[in-house]
Amino acid sequence: MTATTTAPIAPPPVRVEHRPRSDRLRAWATRAPLLPALIFMIVVTQLPFVATLVISFFDWNSLYPDARRFTGLSNYAEVLTDPDLRQSVGTTILLTAAVVLASLALGLVLALLLDRRFKGRGVVRTLLIAPFLVVPVAAALLWKHVLYNPEYGLLNGLLHYVGGPQPDWISNTPLLAVEAALVWQWTPFMMLILLAGLQSRDQEQIEAARVDGASDWQIFRHLTLPHLRRYLELGALLGSIYIVQNFDAVFTITSGGLGTANLPYTVYQSFYQAHENGLASAAGVLVVIGSIIIATFALRVVSSLFREEVSRA
Amino acid sequence: MNAVRRGGLGLVAWLAGIVFFLPIAWMALTSFHSEEDAATNPPSFGAAFTLDGYREFFGMDGGASPWPSLINSTVASVSSTLLVLVLALPAAYALSIRPVKRWTDVLFFFLSTKMLPVVAGLLPIYLFARNTGLLDNIWLLVVLYTSMNLPIAVWMLQSFLSEVPTAVVEAAKVDGARLPTVLARVVAPMALPGIAATALICFIFSWNELLFARVLTGVVAETAPVFLTGFITSQGLFLAKVCAASLVVSLPVLAAGFAAQDKLIQGLSLGAVK
Repeated sequence: MTATTTAPIAPPPVRVEHRPRSDRLRAWATRAPLLPALIFMIVVTQLPFVATLVISFFDWNSLYPDARRFTGLSNYAEVLTDPDLRQSVGTTILLTAAVVLASLALGLVLALLLDRRFKGRGVVRTLLIAPFLVVPVAAALLWKHVLYNPEYGLLNGLLHYVGGPQPDWISNTPLLAVEAALVWQWTPFMMLILLAGLQSRDQEQIEAARVDGASDWQIFRHLTLPHLRRYLELGALLGSIYIVQNFDAVFTITSGGLGTANLPYTVYQSFYQAHENGLASAAGVLVVIGSIIIATFALRVVSSLFREEVSRA
Repeated sequence: MNAVRRGGLGLVAWLAGIVFFLPIAWMALTSFHSEEDAATNPPSFGAAFTLDGYREFFGMDGGASPWPSLINSTVASVSSTLLVLVLALPAAYALSIRPVKRWTDVLFFFLSTKMLPVVAGLLPIYLFARNTGLLDNIWLLVVLYTSMNLPIAVWMLQSFLSEVPTAVVEAAKVDGARLPTVLARVVAPMALPGIAATALICFIFSWNELLFARVLTGVVAETAPVFLTGFITSQGLFLAKVCAASLVVSLPVLAAGFAAQDKLIQGLSLGAVK
């Protein structure tokens, strides 16, 4: 029995209309430890977003502060019709989807490999987690200069041994270059989530299936995969939430050039360099709307896992 | 047959581990090479070791010293982690050991704020900082990093604290122990590994953060990731220096990450996966 199982039980329905003062005091005493954190979060995260929402309805370039005026939805119309901004919406979707799917697939393979017993499993696990623990800017610098450099980068160095071509990775395939660096960093994250999923399988059920003559593939297809479904969803959704916000890799590897500017980079650039406050805010609100759509699904998955955890405890 | 296959798959796992680790190993090796040896094609694996890359990075041969930015990053990450714990521990207590009504709703409110992207509030925060003279002030980053990590911390601590059996807490109370004593003597020791893991994960996220730091700091409050952005454009032969820089800045995260390895995924999945 833990605190969580006893918690949601409603108090006995006595004297609803005339509640004594000590009861109300006690209710506030229970709530009090929660309030500092709650108020802090509302002030620091919700208020700025409301401000962004308001600014997004204004034509406001900070170089011409006197020309500020209300323009309704025209910033949104501009974000959605401006070819550059439209491209950054497309880039954001493409980048997020490609990185999430690739790292999820790789993460699944690695998790299945790590789920078996073999010599040095702990060491391999440590080696695989390491990419996630490199500071994102440092990882992006590593890929940009040390691996991708066309003259003396490691990739072309290794290609040299097999007599392969010597491509200029970032100029030839800029978006793919950013994606590869991100997949390298996010695969460990997916692997850890899926590994946790694999290890929470019902071993007795698998053993029973094996005794009944099920093959490894049948066990994977009919027992493991259905069990993993929610972990795959969770990995995809959390990964999307983190990667849709990615700024570091785009900023470092291509500086948003060559068609790799995603929305966070565009928001950064349009107010930090172009001083277009209204446009930047409208783009920011669009990122939020995209995130809310993903987040709604994410919250549902988290809450179903969470409830299962609570009822199991 | 089965044993051979099992051995083969172990080998594949080892290969995958080595491929994923290779860029980091190469970065470490290159950081100890001279600039000339670092920039060869084919790569010079066996070149002589030197500390020149590190000497260059630390500005011992002229150039900007990274120390102010490393100190700023330490101040920002450590202070915001402490502030997170001060705010999150009581909140997690009110959501687990002595829960308020509708505590799951509150928990999900915290989670939903984490899904609000950084760019959602970046501009107003920048304007606010500029108008109040808080630009280039490390304490503004401390507040923002706290808001960034507080939802994660509340979720993690809630799941760790709810693992403390209520029976133990009740028994201590029956024995006449007062609440502070119960918290310090009974709850804290049981929840300590979880609290430590939470702190390490908050530290990592603060140390890694770039967008806020890039927009809101300048000369004085520059953090280590912002210092690293100085290496984005090539500066002639500078690979050894870049590798040394990337490695030094990543070391605290690697150390914290491996220390929290077992609880890492519980934190990153906001407690949904144990």
